[in-house]
Amino acid sequence: MAQVVLQGVKKCYDDVEVIERLDLEIREGEFMVLVGPSGCGKSTALRMIAGLEEITAGEIVIGDRVVNELHPKDRDIAMVFQSYALYPHMTVRENMDFGLRIQKMDRAEIDRRVNDAARILGIEEYLDRRPRQLSGGQRQRVAVGRAIVRQPSVFLFDEPLSNLDAKLRVQMRAEITGLQRRLGTTTVYVTHDQVEAMTMGHRIAVLKDGDLQQVGTPLELYESPANLFVARFIGTPPMNFLPGRVAGDGAQIVSEDYGFDLPAPLRAAVRGRDGAEVLVGVRPENLRGDRREGVGATTTLRFQVTLLETLGHEVQAHGRLAGHELVAKFQPHNTPEIDSEVELHLELDHLHLFDAATELRLSEGE
Amino acid sequence: MSRRTDSVGHLWLHLFLLVMVVITVYPILWVLSVAFSGGQSLAFADLPPDPGVLDRLRAIVPWPEQLTWSNFSDVFSQQPFGRWLLNSTIVAGATTLCGVFLASTAGYAFSRFKFPGRRAGMMGFLVSQMFPGTLTLVPLYIIIVVWLELGSNFLGLILLYSTTAIPFCVWMLKGYFDTIPIELEESAKMDGASALTIFYRIILPLSKPAIAVTALFSFMTAWNEFVLALTIMDQEIMYTAPVGLRFFVGGYAEQQWGYFAAGSIVAALPVMILFLILQRYLISGLTAGAVKG
Repeated sequence: MAQVVLQGVKKCYDDVEVIERLDLEIREGEFMVLVGPSGCGKSTALRMIAGLEEITAGEIVIGDRVVNELHPKDRDIAMVFQSYALYPHMTVRENMDFGLRIQKMDRAEIDRRVNDAARILGIEEYLDRRPRQLSGGQRQRVAVGRAIVRQPSVFLFDEPLSNLDAKLRVQMRAEITGLQRRLGTTTVYVTHDQVEAMTMGHRIAVLKDGDLQQVGTPLELYESPANLFVARFIGTPPMNFLPGRVAGDGAQIVSEDYGFDLPAPLRAAVRGRDGAEVLVGVRPENLRGDRREGVGATTTLRFQVTLLETLGHEVQAHGRLAGHELVAKFQPHNTPEIDSEVELHLELDHLHLFDAATELRLSEGE
Repeated sequence: MSRRTDSVGHLWLHLFLLVMVVITVYPILWVLSVAFSGGQSLAFADLPPDPGVLDRLRAIVPWPEQLTWSNFSDVFSQQPFGRWLLNSTIVAGATTLCGVFLASTAGYAFSRFKFPGRRAGMMGFLVSQMFPGTLTLVPLYIIIVVWLELGSNFLGLILLYSTTAIPFCVWMLKGYFDTIPIELEESAKMDGASALTIFYRIILPLSKPAIAVTALFSFMTAWNEFVLALTIMDQEIMYTAPVGLRFFVGGYAEQQWGYFAAGSIVAALPVMILFLILQRYLISGLTAGAVKG
């Protein structure tokens, strides 16, 4: 086990700057997820930790060693690739022990490790097969197995589940998390799927265009997104946004079509900023057709329903409020008609405020 | 109704194919017939002074009047054909080894590494394939025989054949290496493999089909080549099989078509055998299962 620290890491390809400056600390034994849309630099960051890409500037520390100049094999890491990258001409066993054989490890020890890993992953009966005789999920397990037999101090995963079907993905998600908890190995996991990030990571680092947007636990990201990008990226369906202006010394948000009072904590965030343009963020579960108890103050808004999505336990209603597209939630047996206008309850304690110009979160004490 | 038109259509098709088969196979049967006839004549049968229809028909059916191995045994005992075959084997074998080794390493470098002159090198190889061999005959003769003094020497011929075969082989292998996912190498790199280990234990085993083709091509280039061998090898003892064969016929002496035919068949066998052995590698799909799919 080891910590992984990225200090001022920069990556350029020729003239193109992919990562301007990345500072990130991954604690010992932590499951850190790097998440972001494609091209955000998350895979590049992972490949730099792996040693497959050179670092243009900055420092990467694994354990207590600066590994900038170290060959991948000397970094004490193992990586699972998106495409699994199994050696097609070798059996599953040979795939898993290839690295150990290169290290000229004792045969008995190799067998012990491979058999252990195969048992943990439930692939014992496939050890003598070749990758092409395996299903996608089995190949995925072999790829993970190849990583764990090395007993490295850091695991790197590069979108390992994106080639699996939805059901298998959920299953493997749980397996990988369980495995990480059991082994306690520091893990860096790259994905573009925010659900994977939320469900798997101890902490999540959100990247966009090579810039780190926010690092935090899944709940921190969900409840206090640092900026508009994180607010939009985390959560399904994504957060709704309503533009407005601060009024009444931070007590109210007003616009031509709606207006409401802010609860005390949010007032503090915008006090003295009357007239400032803000975006009010509200998650669909806090914009509801039903009035819930114990959620604090609410206000009502008029909402034109355009589309209903029934999920069973709830109904997601897409519609418009004064020209803004929004998603709200309804109880399954109490749904509005499409094209009708209904009242929505906005749960004020769960609002998020963002500066319309800087797109940063407005919170108390700033 | 439609079935009948179908079968009529098939009849013509089959007739056409049959004619084509005869046209294709006839020369081969001719050679076989001459080889097994025991004589040195190209004709299947001697025509009587006043030939009838049957006699004429007999004269075009490629079947010898008697079947005997004598041409085959004589070509080895009366003529130094065995030695020539050995020469061909040495030259073609060495060319194959040299060609496959250099082409696989060069092809790998061209496929995976970025270095100055990479594009120029690949283009150079391509351009070198565009000139007919005869164009370079004189300069090659001067280089090999006059300057390097490698006339009637295996090394000279191996050098020549390798330089002919390698450009094609490099392109062929480079193209194949390009299709091997880079993740496999990265994965091996993470596993602690050195560049050489990756090449020998990951890339080469996966490239068996391409290597088989390359080896076959190198071997056939060297085995069948005639003009260069004739130019370089001027001692009879150093002839390769194609050059030796040529001396059975042509010239002013008696035409030894029997030896020629028997020799040709013997010389064709190694390539045929090689084809059969390498056949199972000449199928692609060896990388299936490496990455998703």
